Amino acid sequence: MRIVFEKRKTTSVAAMVLVPVVSFLVSLVLTAILLLVFGADPLKTFAAMAAGAFGNIHGFSETLVKSIPLMLTGLGVGIAFRLKFWNIGAEGQLTLGGVAAAGIALFMEPFLPGRSLLWAAVLGGMLAGALWAGISALLKTSLKVDETLVTLMMNYIAILYSEYLYYGPWRDPKGYGFPGSRMFSEAAWLPRLFGRAHAGLWVALILAVVLWIVFKRTRWGFELQIIGASQKAARYQGIAVERNIVLAIMLSGAICGLAGAFEVTGISHRLQQGLSIGYGYTAIIVAWMSQLNPLAVPFVALALGGLAVGGDQIQFVMGLPAAMGVVMQGLILFPMLAGSLFTEYRVKVLRREPAAACTA
Amino acid sequence: MDLLTSILTITIRAGTSLTLATIGEILTERSGILNLGVEGIMLLGALSAFATVFYSHSILLALLVAMAVGALMALLHAFLTTTMRANQVVSGLSITLFGTGFASFLGQRLGPATNNFRLVGLRAERITPLAPAGLKDIPILGALVQQDLLTYLTYLLIPLAWFFLYKTRPGLWLRSVGEDPQTADAMGIDVVRTRYRYTVLGGILIALGGAHLSLSYTPGWSENITGGRGWIVIALVIFSMWNPARAIWGALLFGGINAVQFRLQASGTNIPANFLNMMPYIGTILVLVVMTWWEALSKRVGAPAALGTSYMREDK
Repeated sequence: MRIVFEKRKTTSVAAMVLVPVVSFLVSLVLTAILLLVFGADPLKTFAAMAAGAFGNIHGFSETLVKSIPLMLTGLGVGIAFRLKFWNIGAEGQLTLGGVAAAGIALFMEPFLPGRSLLWAAVLGGMLAGALWAGISALLKTSLKVDETLVTLMMNYIAILYSEYLYYGPWRDPKGYGFPGSRMFSEAAWLPRLFGRAHAGLWVALILAVVLWIVFKRTRWGFELQIIGASQKAARYQGIAVERNIVLAIMLSGAICGLAGAFEVTGISHRLQQGLSIGYGYTAIIVAWMSQLNPLAVPFVALALGGLAVGGDQIQFVMGLPAAMGVVMQGLILFPMLAGSLFTEYRVKVLRREPAAACTA
Repeated sequence: MDLLTSILTITIRAGTSLTLATIGEILTERSGILNLGVEGIMLLGALSAFATVFYSHSILLALLVAMAVGALMALLHAFLTTTMRANQVVSGLSITLFGTGFASFLGQRLGPATNNFRLVGLRAERITPLAPAGLKDIPILGALVQQDLLTYLTYLLIPLAWFFLYKTRPGLWLRSVGEDPQTADAMGIDVVRTRYRYTVLGGILIALGGAHLSLSYTPGWSENITGGRGWIVIALVIFSMWNPARAIWGALLFGGINAVQFRLQASGTNIPANFLNMMPYIGTILVLVVMTWWEALSKRVGAPAALGTSYMREDK
């Protein structure tokens, strides 16, 4: 008997739906084992996580607070991944977007009356994210410099720069030494829906639909798909590969920068510690789990946002480290990665000897 | 101790973890497997080594546990990318994500009850430098003699790995698997087994690099103990053009950046600490740009041709 893998002619739709669901269940089992090892009751822990994340209006608003940046960065990273451009710099693009939005909200108030301050801050955040991501795209297309490393190193640089600002020149003189800028004027506050959940939710949902239309129904989306499949083929078809990559990565960075702008204008209303708390890295999971389908991104982001809030919750209720949420995110990925085989390959068990199978 | 000697001492010491992990990643990538899980494996190596030495007081046991942890994580990566043909980039990123989260979790759970189950802020045995009293005050030479045993072994590993890769038969087999798995397979080399073997060996060396951080360079556990070293290692592999002999220059360059940064901070310069801390990351980008440019100019390709691709007989 021998097990062989046979490449499917088309990807299996059943596998595309089943793999994430089964992966989630497997990760629950793995987490349960881990919890048992550390002497915690898995059922109680899961119940506490679910109740904390979705059980009441406050918990749900906090889940949305974490889901909105995950939706946006997940969408942004997804654009890059379509091109097989491994942008793992969403964290830095988000941070710099937040810095630019904060800078405009703090210092442009005299020149921008009323709500135009908020609009300028948000656009500034997008521009900063686009330019920061654009550097890595230019290095990649002009010199073929590995983008994974450049985008990642730029995260560290952006985060250190933001720390420099809120510990240094931008620090609130009346802040009693608290590391953060002064608060923005209310003109730069993003409207809230309920709790701390803000209007960025609508922007993220609309963007998911728009990106889906762009990818499925427009010429540009089609060109990006060809570039992602084979740059050589794209060149034969006369597609401007380099220009399209730079544009797409700048769009990717702009959306991540938008996430950062929403964090400062919608949540903290100042530049402070806690802007870079890993959304940009979780975004990679969001993009991968949604299998690069923008319409799936909001659901995956909501699930992962719920895990994060649930993780915080078990810290209060059960005294377990909040890092448990991140561990669970990782544990979902491994079965998903293993399962991706089944969407592209069919598993066959040959009962006869391989030699006999050949002659038959 | 004079300034130059002290900078050199820190440079060599800082280079140890980088060199270990760089050689590990070179061996892995030479088999055609890109492992972006270095940062996560280094963190788990650092954590498991420190937790072990804290309870067992045995450095040797700590190193062995870290090696076992590194082997396990690399085995997972090899299984996902080789047997299950998962995307190597995403699998490696997942290893890093999981490793970072799990190390943070364990760091808040494995400590003694007296420290609220945390490992942060605790002290334990460390790998002590072998500093012969009479020699360490000699300028320059002093830097060479006051290193720990793991550091000496690491620098010894560089010529060994080079010799293995370029002068032995198994080294040739390894390189051929990374360059052209189809041909290697036709020659009778087991591609899958080779990839498993060197990914696991790489994971062991990477975790040892992490262990050196928590046992010697910055003894103890803190959540950000690697500070992105795992990613710098990926850049160092490119810098060394997948040749262990060149790995030493990259490791010393980045060890040197660390040491200069350390000295500048200690001397109370006017440059804000945040800008000094950016140096290794800006340095990495510059090194990448220069190396890529130079490779293109001299028409030399250092990367194994099959790097990042999965191999499947049935696909032909």
